[in-house]
Amino acid sequence: MVAEEEKRERKKRSVPPPGDGTLLSTTMPWSWKDFFLQWEWMLVAVLSLVIVVNSLISPFFLNWHTFIRTPASFLDKAFIVFPMMFVIILGKIDISVGSTVALSAVIMAVSYNAGLPMGLAILLCLGVGAAAGAINGFLLVAFRELSFVIVTLSTMIIYRGIAYIILGNRASGGFPEGFSLLAWGSLGGVPIILIAFVIAAVSFGLVLHKTVFGRALFAMGHNARACRHSGINTDLILWTVFTLNGLMAAVTAIFLTSRMGSTRPNVAMGYELEVIAMVALGGVSTSGGVGRIGGPVLAIFIVGFLGYGMGLANLQAPIVLVVIGTLLIVSVLAHKIRFQGFKLFRARSTAATAGEKNQEV
Amino acid sequence: METKILELQNVTKVFPGVKALDNVQFDLRQGEIHCLMGENGAGKSTFIKVITGVHAPDEGEMLLGGEPVLFRTPREAYKAGIAAIYQHVTAYPDLTVAENIFMGHERVTPWTRRIDWARMHREAQDLLDSLDANFSSRERMGNLSVARQQIVEIAKALSAQARVLVMDEPTAALTRYESEELYRITEDLRNSGVSIIFISHRMEDIWRLADRVTVFRDGRYIDTWEAREITQHDLVVAMVGREISHLFPKRKVKTGDEILRVEKLGRRGFFQDISFSLKQGEILALTGLVGAGRTEVCEALYGVCSWDSGRVFLEGAPYRPGSPRQALEAGIGALPEDRQLEGLILQWEIGKNISLASLGEVSRRGWIQIARERDYAGGLAKKLSVKAPSIFTRVAALSGGNQQKVVVAKILSRDLKVIILDEPTKGVDVGAKAAIYEIIGDLAEQGYGIILVSSEMPEVLGLSDRIVVMKRGRVTAHMETAGATQEEILRAAMVSDQKEMAHGEA
Amino acid sequence: MAKHNWQWNENLRELGLLLFMAILVVAIQIRNPAFLTAGNLTSLLTNTAILAILALGMMLVLVTRGIDLSIGSTIALAGMVTSLAVARYPGIPPVAAIGLGTAVGALAGMVVGLLVSRWDVLPIIATLGMMNVLRGLTYVISGGRWVSSYQMSDSFKRIATGRILGVNNLIVIALLAYLVAAWFINHTRLGRQIYAVGSNPEAAEVSGLPKRRLIFLVYTIMGSLAGLAGVLWVAKFASAQGDTATGYELQVIAACILGGVSINGGVGRLTGLFLGTVMLGIIANALPLINVSPFWQMGIQGGVVLAAVLTNVMVRRNTERTALRRRVI
Repeated sequence: MVAEEEKRERKKRSVPPPGDGTLLSTTMPWSWKDFFLQWEWMLVAVLSLVIVVNSLISPFFLNWHTFIRTPASFLDKAFIVFPMMFVIILGKIDISVGSTVALSAVIMAVSYNAGLPMGLAILLCLGVGAAAGAINGFLLVAFRELSFVIVTLSTMIIYRGIAYIILGNRASGGFPEGFSLLAWGSLGGVPIILIAFVIAAVSFGLVLHKTVFGRALFAMGHNARACRHSGINTDLILWTVFTLNGLMAAVTAIFLTSRMGSTRPNVAMGYELEVIAMVALGGVSTSGGVGRIGGPVLAIFIVGFLGYGMGLANLQAPIVLVVIGTLLIVSVLAHKIRFQGFKLFRARSTAATAGEKNQEV
Repeated sequence: METKILELQNVTKVFPGVKALDNVQFDLRQGEIHCLMGENGAGKSTFIKVITGVHAPDEGEMLLGGEPVLFRTPREAYKAGIAAIYQHVTAYPDLTVAENIFMGHERVTPWTRRIDWARMHREAQDLLDSLDANFSSRERMGNLSVARQQIVEIAKALSAQARVLVMDEPTAALTRYESEELYRITEDLRNSGVSIIFISHRMEDIWRLADRVTVFRDGRYIDTWEAREITQHDLVVAMVGREISHLFPKRKVKTGDEILRVEKLGRRGFFQDISFSLKQGEILALTGLVGAGRTEVCEALYGVCSWDSGRVFLEGAPYRPGSPRQALEAGIGALPEDRQLEGLILQWEIGKNISLASLGEVSRRGWIQIARERDYAGGLAKKLSVKAPSIFTRVAALSGGNQQKVVVAKILSRDLKVIILDEPTKGVDVGAKAAIYEIIGDLAEQGYGIILVSSEMPEVLGLSDRIVVMKRGRVTAHMETAGATQEEILRAAMVSDQKEMAHGEA
Repeated sequence: MAKHNWQWNENLRELGLLLFMAILVVAIQIRNPAFLTAGNLTSLLTNTAILAILALGMMLVLVTRGIDLSIGSTIALAGMVTSLAVARYPGIPPVAAIGLGTAVGALAGMVVGLLVSRWDVLPIIATLGMMNVLRGLTYVISGGRWVSSYQMSDSFKRIATGRILGVNNLIVIALLAYLVAAWFINHTRLGRQIYAVGSNPEAAEVSGLPKRRLIFLVYTIMGSLAGLAGVLWVAKFASAQGDTATGYELQVIAACILGGVSINGGVGRLTGLFLGTVMLGIIANALPLINVSPFWQMGIQGGVVLAAVLTNVMVRRNTERTALRRRVI
């Protein structure tokens, strides 16, 4: 017994001390297989398919002039897609954006008609949007125990409610000539809204993938507690992202109002769904921490051209609703399969997996 | 020869990177209380999970009442008469006590299948009364104290006619008075024929309850004794097992000026009157039982939560962090107790994990500089000899020890004066432990002040310069390591004399 | 210490709501004496009946830590399918019409349930998607047209306007639904297990409760109730439109939250739910009576919900703080 004991001891002591024998490579691994297995390729294929089908329906679709102008009809909500992507990467969802669009649009229209110069009215609109987002962020930070679902659901009702209080069910418009140029005008043949979109996409993409802020976003989506322990100001980031979401909703409000020429409290109903659908289709995981800017950009055009093409084919607008709803669910499911494999579709002994988790912790 | 109700032979269980159980054996007699002891990571929890059907053993055999059995789910083990009471109670806080007891096998009326509330409450109350519990079966579970919730769990096991009851550190979160009550209930159970496996760290539990004691160490079976035949000293030696000096090459580090001074720190409900100081190059061990408030003190110093009385000085200046960010800026870093939950982003590669705490270092005006980050993280990973093919290896794929090194690398990336290490070798195998001890020694040599939170006596004695022992939120002993003995520390951490009691309850 | 002080806490909460309601009622009555008349109270209850039925289902969903945003669309779809059927075959007996609508709703609920329970899609995502799918389908099957009063048989419209023992059918149906729910929640194993799953999902899984099946069941119940509500809705308003009940899910959720149903699962009582529902009913009924524009309704409802949620949090924080203060270490 004692001899056994000693033998074991010796074995333990003979564990080699930590040496510098290990070499840690610092070159980025590269594999062609991983490169081609990226979700974005699937999106590119789908987008091409949509474009081909569209051009089969209408021979004018691929005409450069039409092709560059088409996006102007659907890009307004694209501005929310980017900050919503940030929100979803954080592992949260903001369903109040549609209401924020309506509220900021209504306040812009009413303040202009009350005599505010258009420029100031636009600034006010942006301010209202940012404030609406900031309130969401504040509630989430100050009341940690509340879930994002209940917070943004409440403000979703409240923001639209305020829009109704201000305007009843009337419309407000009569904007100056120049205002409609935002949605309809172009610079050197390229629609202004498309330029604005590209600027937004590039800036959000750079922030997401190249900056400390973006890095922290991904980290928080995976493990917010570890981030706090690593000295990251998680409250500030959460708050900033929701504020940004509100601000970009106001940008959407401006382009939307410019396109329609007037606004009313029931505009942008259901935008939250379309935006979330585009983000999910773009390969951003709804459980947080995963996503790249290219995916949602492609998804915006897929959904946009799809709707446009359905219009060309004289399909009723409601079918678009069905398609977008289905798209959201299918893309979320597709992701689950991608990450978890088909075992998702088998009944699992969940108790065993739960036990496994306990072991790890 | 008494009947053995449960017997395990040559059981082995391997997890990626760790052999959690290595060829262990165990037997339980009818109607005995068998204490299972061992340090953290000795394999006790895995062992219980094998018995209760959470994990299937990789090798070995389990006999229940002489029959070989294999449980694939906890439900199967439960039906066979094996019930477990975990440290963290797995109850339904929003339901009543009676419902918690009968969940899954509710009493229903024969024809209408209606829940027979009257009968359920009557039976539940009978069970509670048989345990001398003075609360109602209609009470909401979430409103009960931990001790009472445990009694409900026991009642639940009784209602399922459990023959074998596993109790996993049930006294860890209880006050002395509550523990007494639990002892009494446990003894009554034994006398009525239930066989009990009692897992504990506390010596007083053993002396008070156990018929026999088995010790595990590093996933291996050491030995089993009749409880009255073994002394505390022998038991401690069996648990610790190794000559301390070999694992811990004692270094001569010259301690410098005082960097941290904690004065009468208190947080209501967690700790009180905590005072100590720390010098450069010094390793201060903060020890005591799990739940003594050590982690809470560290969290306060690291800005995770605040304190409501007392003062802290860092290099003579008042220090009060509002968040870990401020703590890191001031120069205090911490290795969290739960590295997977609070230390790492498991889905990420090593490099990105290391740079997470020092993104300012590897960026210019907010823009991350990839090449610089790579070199920086690579350098730190090499310095701590993380064993992995590349810094692009995912952290989730590393062993516990290597994961821990990554967390250390992460906090070392900041310019620190004080490092708090909360159970740095928890869930780490022996080889990696040695490496981590080496690192801790190096850090002290480099002049960091180190607060080491640990429940492992050899670690405390082998590494530290001074020892602070905590018990129930208070400092009960403060000693130089040179000359300190295990008994002295253990006594301060566990044994409570009358005077201490009176003070504690005041 | 009171014997069951937790029940007292809940009772106190509901008492507070009741008190607030009483003050509200008095204030409204002072502004407009027409409020507390038999006629107005009957119309208040009739108008609240559908909300009450839906709130029952939503409470179960919230108890399991889920949420269902698709029910407004389910109402529209079930209502549309039923009224199209009634318009085509006027001879359909009312009971069959109700059965048809409920079946359509149940089907929609089962799809949601499948997505959430079997494929682990977040409830908010799954129901947001279904909300659009179902709404779109409603437009598609109706071809964008309305089904109006003259196309519906009198027997069908009488589902909502008829009386049993002098009480409006809607109120009777809502009462029946409450009775069944009271039985289900308090006296069946399934009902209690639903609460168990919401209270501690991990424990439920480990102790072998059929968690996934229970969640599936909950969404199916929600869908069925929404289908039933759809039939009642079109019968009551004698028209089925594509945009019927748009956004109604928000009111239903609001009623639950006002009634003390926790969005974090495990908690929800019928008495509270009833009070929450009536509270919303009073607000909707009283605003026109005290000359507040109906456009204020949405904002006020939202504000009330947020206030209720925040009050809950503050109260809980306060109790936790005092508990800590009392803790002896």
